[in-house]
Amino acid sequence: MTSLLSVRDLVKYYTAGGLFGRATPPVRAVDGVSFDVGRGETLALVGESGCGKSSVGRTILRLQEPTSGEALYEGKDVFSLDRTELRQLRRRMQIIFQDPYSSLNPRMTVGAAIAEGIEIHRLAARPEIPGRVAALLEEVGLDPTYARRYPHEFSGGQRQRIGIARALAVQPAFIVCDEPVSALDVSVQAQVLNLLSDLQRQRGLSYLFIAHDLAVVRQIAHRIAVMYLGRIVEEGPTDQLLANPRHPYTVALLSAVPEPDPAARRARIVLSGDLPSPSSPPPGCHFHTRCFHPMKSDRCRTEIPVLRPVETTVAACHYAESTPRPAEVSVAQM
Amino acid sequence: MTRLLEAANLRVSFPGAGNSRFYPVDGVSFSLERGEMLALVGESGCGKSLTSLALLQLIPSPGRIESGSVIRLGETDVLALKGEELRRIRGRRIGMIFQDPMTSLNPVFTVGAQIVEGILAHFKVSSAEARQRALQLLQEVGIPDPAERLKSYPHQLSGGMRQRVMIAIALAAEPEILVADEPTTALDVTVQAQILEVLDSLRTRRGMAVLLITHDLGIVAGRADRVAVMYAGQIVEEAATPRLFANPSHPYTQGLFASVPRITGPLKRLNPIRGSVPAPAAWPTGCRFRPRCPQAFDRSETEPPLLPVEPEHRMRCWLAEEPNQGRRP
Repeated sequence: MTSLLSVRDLVKYYTAGGLFGRATPPVRAVDGVSFDVGRGETLALVGESGCGKSSVGRTILRLQEPTSGEALYEGKDVFSLDRTELRQLRRRMQIIFQDPYSSLNPRMTVGAAIAEGIEIHRLAARPEIPGRVAALLEEVGLDPTYARRYPHEFSGGQRQRIGIARALAVQPAFIVCDEPVSALDVSVQAQVLNLLSDLQRQRGLSYLFIAHDLAVVRQIAHRIAVMYLGRIVEEGPTDQLLANPRHPYTVALLSAVPEPDPAARRARIVLSGDLPSPSSPPPGCHFHTRCFHPMKSDRCRTEIPVLRPVETTVAACHYAESTPRPAEVSVAQM
Repeated sequence: MTRLLEAANLRVSFPGAGNSRFYPVDGVSFSLERGEMLALVGESGCGKSLTSLALLQLIPSPGRIESGSVIRLGETDVLALKGEELRRIRGRRIGMIFQDPMTSLNPVFTVGAQIVEGILAHFKVSSAEARQRALQLLQEVGIPDPAERLKSYPHQLSGGMRQRVMIAIALAAEPEILVADEPTTALDVTVQAQILEVLDSLRTRRGMAVLLITHDLGIVAGRADRVAVMYAGQIVEEAATPRLFANPSHPYTQGLFASVPRITGPLKRLNPIRGSVPAPAAWPTGCRFRPRCPQAFDRSETEPPLLPVEPEHRMRCWLAEEPNQGRRP
């Protein structure tokens, strides 16, 4: 698979001015992240709040400027484009958000919102636009007559479909999906996940799918990258990463997924403590303060582990070969 | 086991168009026993949160609890209480925690002051004793370095820690029942696991009953003793947890299970319920799930009561009487 997007050593720090002019340490939201997304492929970026996954998505679309690093889209560095080139790129790279309502203008009809991109990029002659809008609404499973209505008239699931139709309007090849189903009820969530899979197949789309829920991600992602405090700690093909996680954080995250099946009651690893602050992450391995690995040592506190191939994934743990599986972790080790 | 709480034919109404009223909670009955965890499960708009608020007469105006509704707490008729008597029930006998602890905590007082306030409101103790008690409570809910945390303000704590503080405040009054409305929905999964462990251990140690309101079947499995699934203002299926998970029988419950993505087992395309939840002002006639039900048949045009499926397992669907009727999905 040729990669459509290549991100290398992406860094995004947020510097706060500090109350009364005092300098505060920057928040290291993204701290050296590299990954590739192939054509027609879904890479999921998974992690808990504050891990930097959304910052990655926004930075590669230049919705915010990176601190350093590069993002090559079809070989061109997104971060060095001028305004005109960036506008061209926005046609190829789109984003859908968790809350589509906040990104829809309440005073613009659904039809006008979907048509906006087509008009800006002159993708169709004016008389053709209503037909295009109707086709897009049908493609996302909505009634074409909804074009005349306003966003507030729709449920959360319908709004997400409108957000998807609007993203598709400019015929993108790549879509950042930022927690697109997190705010939806389970039955609607399943509908939207199926829709995203179908659209990917029909249009050959690539997705960067940002989410916190591994069970959701399993439905849609070909590969998964797990983030913790601004870094990718493990990456691999979906089935391999879920079946044989090698980073202790992935193991803990996986064991914490609530599975609706009392019979399959798996060993739960309850991590101790809170996520450390991203403005002062622990030295060495960021995860060492909460890690349950029986071989945890001084090395974890001093030396940053690099991502390296271990069995079927790449993992950033000094002792990844002997990371216990959830079933092997005894209560005493937690 | 001793029956702590009984709700029968609970109905909550709000004014609708013209002089009409609509019923987001429409005939809900359940009971809770000492030390038991009952989960009320459903999607947004099913009436589960209003049901829990009704237990303490906390329905926001202009909503009201309809006459004919019954809530019994031991020997007390809760719906007959007013003013001071009602305040003695709220918190003291039935405690509540909500999804977002930040909105329930006062930002300008320390955590310690807020727990102490709760203790002093319910018990005649000295403030020194109350502070000692607050310290124990923070320990009990698993807050590290509790003496230091007593001096913290809410904004200085993480979401998981704030939810622990809320639990500690609820526990300060030593309630017999804790109502937990989506207590972990705003939290990350690893933190969610921590909070659920805390609730579980409190239940075992204190014999406190828990009414867990949630949309997530996953957190119910292996924790709740019994499950009641709500749809369109009614309980549509109820059973002991293992029975419900082994044999989900109402087509809505089956649809929910088919919609939930799984982390284990074979990977299948999700099979979601078609359409979306109807608005409370427009509950369908007959079986309320009929317009979305893949197994609806002619009898579904009449509203079914809760019918037995097997011992300790009931559902609001005529298929309980005529299992060969509806088409299997």
